[in-house]
Amino acid sequence: MATSLNGSRTAAIVARAQALFDDLSFTAARAWKDAAPDRKVIGYMPIYVPRELIHAAGFLPLGILGGGDQLEVIHGDAYYQSYICRIPRSTIELGVSGRLDFVDGMLFPSICDVIRNLSGMWKMMFPHVYVRYFDVPQNYRDDIGGNYYVNELAELRHDLGTLRGKPITDEELNRSIAVYNENRRLVRELYAFRAQRPWQVPAAEAYLMVRAGMVLPVEAHSELIGDYLAAAATEERPRRDNCRIVLTGVFCEQPPLNLIKSLELAGCYVVDDDLLLVTRWLTADVSTDGDPLQNLARAFLHQSESTAAKYEPNLKEKGQHLVRAVRRSGAEGVIFACPSFCDPALLERPMLQHVLNDAGIPHIAFKYAENSGQMQPIREQAGTFSDSIKLWSAT
Amino acid sequence: MTTIVTPKGAPAKQVAKDDSMLKQKEMMAAHYDRLTNAPETGDKVASTFVPGNLNELIMCFGLLNNLPEVNAIQSGLRRQSGAYVLEAEKIGHSEDVCTYVKSDIGMMAKGNIGPNGKRLPDPNVLLLSYTGCFTFMKWFELLREQYKCETIMLHTPYMGDGKITRNMIDYMVKQLKEEVIPTLERVSGVKFDIDRLREYLKKSAAAEEDLVRVLQSAKRKPSPIDAYFGGIYYIGPIFGAFRGTDDAIDYYKFLRAEVEERVAAGKGPVTPDGDMEKEKYRLVVEGPPNYTNFRQFWKMFYDEGAVVVASSYTKVGGVYDFGFRHDPANPLETLAEYCLGVYTNRSLPMRIDMLANYINDYEADGLLINSIKSCNSFSAGQLLIMREVEKRTGKPAAFVESDLVDPRYFSAANIKNRLESYFQMIEQKRAGARAAA
Repeated sequence: MATSLNGSRTAAIVARAQALFDDLSFTAARAWKDAAPDRKVIGYMPIYVPRELIHAAGFLPLGILGGGDQLEVIHGDAYYQSYICRIPRSTIELGVSGRLDFVDGMLFPSICDVIRNLSGMWKMMFPHVYVRYFDVPQNYRDDIGGNYYVNELAELRHDLGTLRGKPITDEELNRSIAVYNENRRLVRELYAFRAQRPWQVPAAEAYLMVRAGMVLPVEAHSELIGDYLAAAATEERPRRDNCRIVLTGVFCEQPPLNLIKSLELAGCYVVDDDLLLVTRWLTADVSTDGDPLQNLARAFLHQSESTAAKYEPNLKEKGQHLVRAVRRSGAEGVIFACPSFCDPALLERPMLQHVLNDAGIPHIAFKYAENSGQMQPIREQAGTFSDSIKLWSAT
Repeated sequence: MTTIVTPKGAPAKQVAKDDSMLKQKEMMAAHYDRLTNAPETGDKVASTFVPGNLNELIMCFGLLNNLPEVNAIQSGLRRQSGAYVLEAEKIGHSEDVCTYVKSDIGMMAKGNIGPNGKRLPDPNVLLLSYTGCFTFMKWFELLREQYKCETIMLHTPYMGDGKITRNMIDYMVKQLKEEVIPTLERVSGVKFDIDRLREYLKKSAAAEEDLVRVLQSAKRKPSPIDAYFGGIYYIGPIFGAFRGTDDAIDYYKFLRAEVEERVAAGKGPVTPDGDMEKEKYRLVVEGPPNYTNFRQFWKMFYDEGAVVVASSYTKVGGVYDFGFRHDPANPLETLAEYCLGVYTNRSLPMRIDMLANYINDYEADGLLINSIKSCNSFSAGQLLIMREVEKRTGKPAAFVESDLVDPRYFSAANIKNRLESYFQMIEQKRAGARAAA
């Protein structure tokens, strides 16, 4: 009886997250904005923006991750050649079709040339919207990259304060940092729980839980994850004879939900991934004492995830984050899933593969687009990978 | 003077070249000899990129400047890049990514033979000037994996808001002072001398002045130069290993005099088939050229009487025509400003302004975009650029697609068709304008 009650509780939480995921009109974010005057919504793209600043202004940070496999791209294709990835064209589609007409600002982080150029396109196409290309340092010394980043943060803080009509104070910012520290802790807890008992937390559910944080206010998102963790922990779910893999390369254009499900159906438990990195980009709590911009900068420089969009100054350290992810999560292999035409993921891939080879970690690779529909080849490839791990890894 | 040159191995075909082109070729050949002789001479080598190329600084340490993009271009022109790209794909590099990178990596895998037929030396240092192109960062990480040599990152912030801020300059100068220069000192064993840098910068500014005069000569009718196909010859020394040298000053003086002679004689540009007879169409071109079929591509223009009067590609290694010159009075700040200002580090609205202004200032008939499959830095957003420039100038624009050094992506018939349609479109516009008048 307890199981079925918990099961229905988990199902209800997942259904809510699924509804948020499916909603390409961003109804929840619109409702949040309409609930009080002077509320504003600031969109952002992958990989990372300091959402604390947006929150401190009293605004809603809204993650924009393209249109997925349910959005028909009509106008967006007219802006891009066939050899450009899919996320910018579906993002343009969201904009041109009016689905983002309630968004007051857009942040385009420094991830690749396509997203970089999209920032300029957005300025041209939506001149009434606040648009900022958000550059981050590739130099990790506090007195060099740190100073630069603090000044960039100060400029963003100033702009958001201007949008609000009142400067953002240190107290507001420190409060927001605390709220996001809590959110990051919960996301990390979710990842740790999944790594421990992946049959209890299917990859698609974990994804939906984290993805909900792209549209919900952070407080509501933290509550959602807390509820899910409590429900999922007590639910009894069958344990499959799956192998355990780390999924990597999926940090920008999102794989279809069906792709994530297919991996598990094919025999691969996803025990770590680089999906939606913004939710756990900073790997430890950010201090809430002192100068909040300095604290955010220090966290970025010294306690943030490694990914293809970041320069790794130390050759020996290159790719070790992936080896550590494998060891930490008890994974038996790595699946590289890279969006077609994704420069960061595809240029990075050979280097990471070399590191995995040296570490004796098996891996496979394939490409996808956010609207990939045919999962059979991926399922076959992942299934074969899983079989090979189970049959041969011991030898 | 225009000289008829018979290329080696192709006796039937003669190619016309200006003296400046021959001089440029000699300079480049001499540089490649310096590079390939480095193991014997003991010279140390710094690999770096064209956009954000800090040649003056590199010379302060007695290092030789090696540019992987230029090596890839040379492989493309020599029809070797196709095999190199395939080699890189064979060892795991995606078919989707930049072919400059794959040509470079394939070339290494096949012995790293330079255009003079000799082996290029391993670099002693990789100076990753991360300017205007994301791929650069990964490219040098890939090279570092191969060479295992010292690598310096110089991060150039992007001009997303269309301006250079104090914060950007300070960040770059601090990187130069505390990371780049100390590492170059360590690698080279040469102490940094800021006065030496000032001297080089003074020479850079002199050459830049003459280059701008040459490029702006295309405002004349007929234009004495082709600012895209010919322009690629002209930018070679200043975008490469010669900026800051007496050789560059001499070359650009010589080139300027040669162009002035053409102006005085009322001549159009020289093409591989001799002087262009009648200028029928004046174009602004956005995007890099294709190098595997460079002459064939050029011929499609000059056969129709089309001359390129301004191009964005000839600004990737520095934008000088709006007044920037290297400033010896502020040596490190000027290097920062140079890196920040290169074409691909400019925001999309800035690029649109620049291209629309070129069309007006050079009285061009329209904009042609050669969209490169390999290069997202250039290509992402070009369809919007095309529409916006058309809207602002009222001049027609056209779009062709090819690749830098991958011969698989050069479809001559397709490109020729589109160009012919485009020239017809210009004619129709002209006829419409005449009728309206």
